[in-house]
Amino acid sequence: MAVATARRPTGRRAARAERKRGGRFRRADHLAGWAFVSPAVLLIAVFGLVPVLWSVLLSFQQTDLTSPGTWSGAANYQKMVHDPVFWQAARQTLYYCLMFVPVTMVLAIPIAVLLNQKVRGMTFYRMAVFAPLVTSTVATGVIFSWLYNPQIGLINAGLDKLGLPQQGFFQSTGEALPAVVGMTVWGWLGFAVIIYLSALQNVPRELMEAAALDGCGRVKAFWKVELPLLAPASSFLLVWLTINALQLFDEVYVTTKGGPLHASTVLVYYLYQQAFVDFDGGYAAAIGCALFVVILIVTVVQLWLGRRSSHYEAG
Amino acid sequence: MTLALPRQAVRTKDGGPLRPRRRPSPLHLLLIPLSLVMLAPLIWMVLLSISTQAETRRFPPGLPGGVHWQNYVDAWHQGPFGHWLLNSTVVSVTCVLGNLVFCALAGYAFARIPFLGSRVLFVLVLATLMVPFQIVMLPTLIVVRDLHLTDTLGALIAPNLATPFGVFLMRQFFTTVPRELEEAARIDGAGRLRTLVRVLLPLMGPTLATLAVLTFLNVWNDFLWPLIAIQSPGNMTVQMGLQNFQGSHLTNWPVLMAGTVTSQIPVLVLFVIAQRFFVRSIASSGFK
Repeated sequence: MAVATARRPTGRRAARAERKRGGRFRRADHLAGWAFVSPAVLLIAVFGLVPVLWSVLLSFQQTDLTSPGTWSGAANYQKMVHDPVFWQAARQTLYYCLMFVPVTMVLAIPIAVLLNQKVRGMTFYRMAVFAPLVTSTVATGVIFSWLYNPQIGLINAGLDKLGLPQQGFFQSTGEALPAVVGMTVWGWLGFAVIIYLSALQNVPRELMEAAALDGCGRVKAFWKVELPLLAPASSFLLVWLTINALQLFDEVYVTTKGGPLHASTVLVYYLYQQAFVDFDGGYAAAIGCALFVVILIVTVVQLWLGRRSSHYEAG
Repeated sequence: MTLALPRQAVRTKDGGPLRPRRRPSPLHLLLIPLSLVMLAPLIWMVLLSISTQAETRRFPPGLPGGVHWQNYVDAWHQGPFGHWLLNSTVVSVTCVLGNLVFCALAGYAFARIPFLGSRVLFVLVLATLMVPFQIVMLPTLIVVRDLHLTDTLGALIAPNLATPFGVFLMRQFFTTVPRELEEAARIDGAGRLRTLVRVLLPLMGPTLATLAVLTFLNVWNDFLWPLIAIQSPGNMTVQMGLQNFQGSHLTNWPVLMAGTVTSQIPVLVLFVIAQRFFVRSIASSGFK
């Protein structure tokens, strides 16, 4: 309220300006404004804003989340620095991002181009590509634990038919994480395709016609005209997919449970384990804060990339 | 879903009535395998769910000899899927309604009402937009406990009742609506709320629907929050229930897959009916 009184003149000026435009409220505007936003703002504050700050506090505490914690300074962060499993999880998360993001994007472009053609039955084809998008992560995990099953799964049967050796997938330390990549690419491909498809549909028709008039073939027109125009979509996807890849949890929990031998333990899975299996809530909060810093950096890079590529859209 | 493919292919080969001479595009040679690869996991989910247990132990896996509906009956009785589906529906629908009402009100005020502190509040809302859920889930758990909501459906509803994304989406919408529209109504003596409901609401259809679709998908498919907030099977959502069910049916693939199909049917059916709509919602907001 003190802040409100101090800033009164600004509010009054705004209210007067509003009245000139035909509005009839002054003080009523402030009341109405606060009344309209308060339910949403209150909920977001209680379940979004306060927990963020609280999380930072928790990361400096020793707590099991059920009883009040005790302050422990930077002990959790020191533990993190010297925890080999944390670094293994961090490495594996990075490795997962480096596989998942490029594979999804590279596959999505040709598929989006294909789905942008005028062909009979396109509704069906699009539906097929987008269906995994609405399949829940839990269901995806259940289905892929059968597909990847070393003894009876479909993928080993396919390899068998091609005369290739049988694989262990989720049961092998070397293959668990790549197998998770395969599963999540299937789940996210439709999303990337939708983003590219809507970018392709926004390419002005005149641009492609002009290219055709200048004797530019269909393939060349794609490389020289359409692909550069996909740059903003690509930079958006790069960041959005990376942020989501950093938060991988559901699929790992449902299939490998981080195993075998931590081979598919990613950061959020490790955070979950620390909080709800080892009851070390403070350490889990510290891992969360570290993850948040990484995500913030990615977001800042997005803003920077977005500004750089925006003149493409203008042109 | 499996039947649609041959029918489509045949129809293309015959050519439609409008273009009888036209040969089918060679692109089908790429599109058909692509669709099969994308649909294969879902097709096998359905095939396994109607197999017998002996059929799922064969290697290589093959088509089931007949339709074994009993799996669905078993899944329905062994995991209370009906109960879980009801819980998921209650939670998702409440969150959708909450988001529509609260985010529309807040979005309108942030876009149109000049009130003290609006800018500060909006920046705070935006700041929470990029906070990943894993960061806030531990304190949220404590908040929920202090509100005495632990292990209730309320614990699943409250944190998703109004989202920063929804407020942002709604504010973006209201900034594009011409001011003259509401000014005319206000000169005629209508208050803010009445202007919003009578004049602006009819224009908001597509934006509201986008918010509804995305909120529904998000809440329905959420897994991590129910996993940590709910313990008793009676209050589980269908995703969490399915995961629980998986734990007790690790080797019984047909019943497990029948449960999986059951858990996916509502959203898949909605998706098939309103595919264009889902796609437009995701494309227009860049959000999954």
